[in-house]
Amino acid sequence: MRDLTDRALSTATVQGATYADVRIVHQVDESITVKSGRVEGVAAGESEGFGIRVLVDGAWGFASSNRLEAGEIDRVAAQAVRIARASATALRHRVQLDDRPPAHGTYATPVGEDPFKVSLETKIGDLLAADQLASSVKGIAFTESTYAALRSHTIFAASDGSYTDQTITHVGSGVETNAIEGDEHQRRSYPDAGGGWQSAGYEYIRGLHLADHVEALSNEAVALLSAPQCPSGNMTIVLDPSQLYLQVHESCGHPTELDRVFGTEASYAGTSFLTTDKLDAGFRYGSDLIDIVADATAPGGLGTFGWDDEGVAAQSVPLIKEGIFVGYLSSRETAPRIGRQSGGAMRADGWNRIPLIRMTNINLLPKPGMNLDEIVADTDDGLYLRSNRSWSIDDRRLNFQFATEVAYEIKGGKLGRLFKNPTYTGITYEFWRSCDAVGDERSYVMLGTPNCGKGEPGQTGHVGHAVPGARFRNVQVGVGKW
Amino acid sequence: MSQPSSAAGWLSLAEQVLELAATAGASQAEVIVQADDAALTRFANSEIHQNVAEANARLSLRFVDGQRIGVAATGRFDTAALEAMAQTAARIARNVEPNPAFITLPSPGPEPIPELPAAYSAATAEATPELRAEGARAVIAAADAAGVTAYGSFATTTETIIVANSLGVRASGERTTSQLITVSMGPAGGSGYAEMAAVDATRIDAGAIGREASERARATANATSIEPGDYPVVLEAYAVVDILDMLGYLGFSALAVQEGRSFVELGKRVGSELVTIRDDGADPAGLPMAFDYEGVAKQRVELLTKGVCTGVVYDGQTAARDGVRSTGHGLPAPNTYGPFPLNMVMEAGTSSRDELIGGLERGLLVTRFHYTNPVHPKLAIVTGMTRDGTFLVEDGKIVGPVKNLRFTQSYLDAIAAISAVGRDRRCLKGFLGGSVVPAVRIDSWTFTGATEH
Repeated sequence: MRDLTDRALSTATVQGATYADVRIVHQVDESITVKSGRVEGVAAGESEGFGIRVLVDGAWGFASSNRLEAGEIDRVAAQAVRIARASATALRHRVQLDDRPPAHGTYATPVGEDPFKVSLETKIGDLLAADQLASSVKGIAFTESTYAALRSHTIFAASDGSYTDQTITHVGSGVETNAIEGDEHQRRSYPDAGGGWQSAGYEYIRGLHLADHVEALSNEAVALLSAPQCPSGNMTIVLDPSQLYLQVHESCGHPTELDRVFGTEASYAGTSFLTTDKLDAGFRYGSDLIDIVADATAPGGLGTFGWDDEGVAAQSVPLIKEGIFVGYLSSRETAPRIGRQSGGAMRADGWNRIPLIRMTNINLLPKPGMNLDEIVADTDDGLYLRSNRSWSIDDRRLNFQFATEVAYEIKGGKLGRLFKNPTYTGITYEFWRSCDAVGDERSYVMLGTPNCGKGEPGQTGHVGHAVPGARFRNVQVGVGKW
Repeated sequence: MSQPSSAAGWLSLAEQVLELAATAGASQAEVIVQADDAALTRFANSEIHQNVAEANARLSLRFVDGQRIGVAATGRFDTAALEAMAQTAARIARNVEPNPAFITLPSPGPEPIPELPAAYSAATAEATPELRAEGARAVIAAADAAGVTAYGSFATTTETIIVANSLGVRASGERTTSQLITVSMGPAGGSGYAEMAAVDATRIDAGAIGREASERARATANATSIEPGDYPVVLEAYAVVDILDMLGYLGFSALAVQEGRSFVELGKRVGSELVTIRDDGADPAGLPMAFDYEGVAKQRVELLTKGVCTGVVYDGQTAARDGVRSTGHGLPAPNTYGPFPLNMVMEAGTSSRDELIGGLERGLLVTRFHYTNPVHPKLAIVTGMTRDGTFLVEDGKIVGPVKNLRFTQSYLDAIAAISAVGRDRRCLKGFLGGSVVPAVRIDSWTFTGATEH
């Protein structure tokens, strides 16, 4: 491949680029969907192509193609330079990149059992067994179970001499079961809505033990149909990891993206309340219990890699320390603007997309003391909320509202009756400041989502979140009417 | 075999892949080709900061062996890659149980798929980085003149779609789309939005879009807080498109009805008499599509007629289940989500924008929604935020900007409470397709929270 990357970089440089990088990506994927005990779709895909990113006259250009041929590389490199020159006609600040040592080496996701070598029969059989069990429960309208695996092989080369070779493998699976009666539609998911995902091999899927959980899951979906509506009011809530990870994602991960802070996502996803005047100024994001890191080295995370897509080595970056905001997710272009080095968070969704600042693994660190069961036992009156059903947050990441699939009443330290259709809402920093218990290592689990949308044209990111569950006080639950 | 560069070349390649499938033992087979030439120029802080182009192609094969189905796809078009893809699809089909819901792939329709000249513009296909930069500069100039800052994007796309199957379906077409969106932000916290989508990129008046957003940004400076609660509202078309998208997502699909998760019951009134929504892939006011991803010509489907449910869209599998013909709304296989209306059109009303606003005694004018998500799918209860231009209206006049609000609102209740529909409509891109929508006045809308800006 080096001959192709050399050709791309030299063509771009000859055409006028002062900096260039190229990524050649080969990707394979496989997906299985089972609905109501029947295989509904099985697909396998392959994609290959390259993208060339250049700086000309201080402006960015990027072009990409699926035709991995010498002539096409020449065409695309020239196109990227032409695009950059067009960018320069509406430029007010020349792009400056931080200095980083050239990147060299190889990285591969540790994989125990290669998911692409496990027989299709086994994978379908495992999924079908769980789904059929879920759909066998009386009162279930339909079930949907999914499995997917993705492997990306990326060669990155840059005009500063960087050359890395990475192979990343992600797998995910889950069961969703639905009960419907009249206007009521109740859903329960395992291990969480959207399935459980990790960078791993098929051993992770086996470890989910889907079939062991789904019968109880379906029974709960049916029970929710006749459960009382979740009450409204200001309450204590305990968030299960299956909901807490998305709370971290939306209200901690996205606001700390430095490109959003600088406005470069303003026309689409929005900006951030976390302006740079709050950095190193003691801004209290949460209670003393809140320690959040962006850790691209965490085992199993969907945001775990060797180098980001600018050739910056994987690292763990503190974002919130003892409740105080201390850092951003950053890139080589944005970090120097706050006097720092890139934290290595530039990630691209394939060969045909530019890297953007993306979450890596945004982890809420556990606190010694209580596990989740003990947090519940320590709660007199409140709600235990599990598994996300819907999410929404404003364009500066302040006002959020989440719905979960289920709420359990907590009375005298014990879980009680079910409530249906729970929602809760708040303002990001007020909510995190109200946290008075964070689970310990025994409750700490790596979750994540393969569906984080950002950018124009749209990109789908795979991001990880390790979280232990937590308790929050005086949270607004419900919207007063239904 | 090598990568073609024309629709005819792709069709020829698709036929070769059908032969590979037949050789591998397929009883039926379908090939879809999607080849895109897309570019997008993005600007922020009144300068271009991202500028990208992409040439991409993907071919997928649906391999049918009786009622066993396997799907494989590739972006490589050499003989070895295509043969491997066909073998993969065949291997999958051999490993799955028969799907009793599958009857057959579509046969060619009684009429040829209509040509849709309105779906394609050579100007868009030939759009250059310089053209897009010129559009960005026009928006930025409008922002500069208003003393605000411009953010946005200008995208141009040419899409070649080929569908061929072993029963003789041959659908081939090129379509183009372009879209300019902008958010303008002012120094006193104001922000404004404007957008236009069109088949022909040269029809997009970037300066006008820039002026619209910039004026809104100036008008929203120093917004004040307002208590959440129930208010009558006027929704600009930018907000109305979200209602259509969400109703399409939650209810207008035959599969949603068959699975019991849709609000649609044919003959049931869900909207006011002023609401008529159809899906029409041929409407030149939208972003036309002649056929779906099963190669079936798109039928015009009346979804809501004067507020009454009158139809849902079908693909091959859902149509077979109901004993009807596909309406041409299939998505690429394997599609477990079901059919989707990609070209929704809401009928215009008779009110000017001033008349819509003039009908509010005390209410809110909302420019657009942000980050909407269903809370209760069957009742179409959705939460989201207002964004980029929310105003208090009293006695029919805009009296000033207000800070953004969160709503938790049934979109069904909302369309039932529509009391006036705008006579002007916009072509806007939704989250999947392109829609043609007017502004509307709604007698009650439930805001459940507030934010700081």
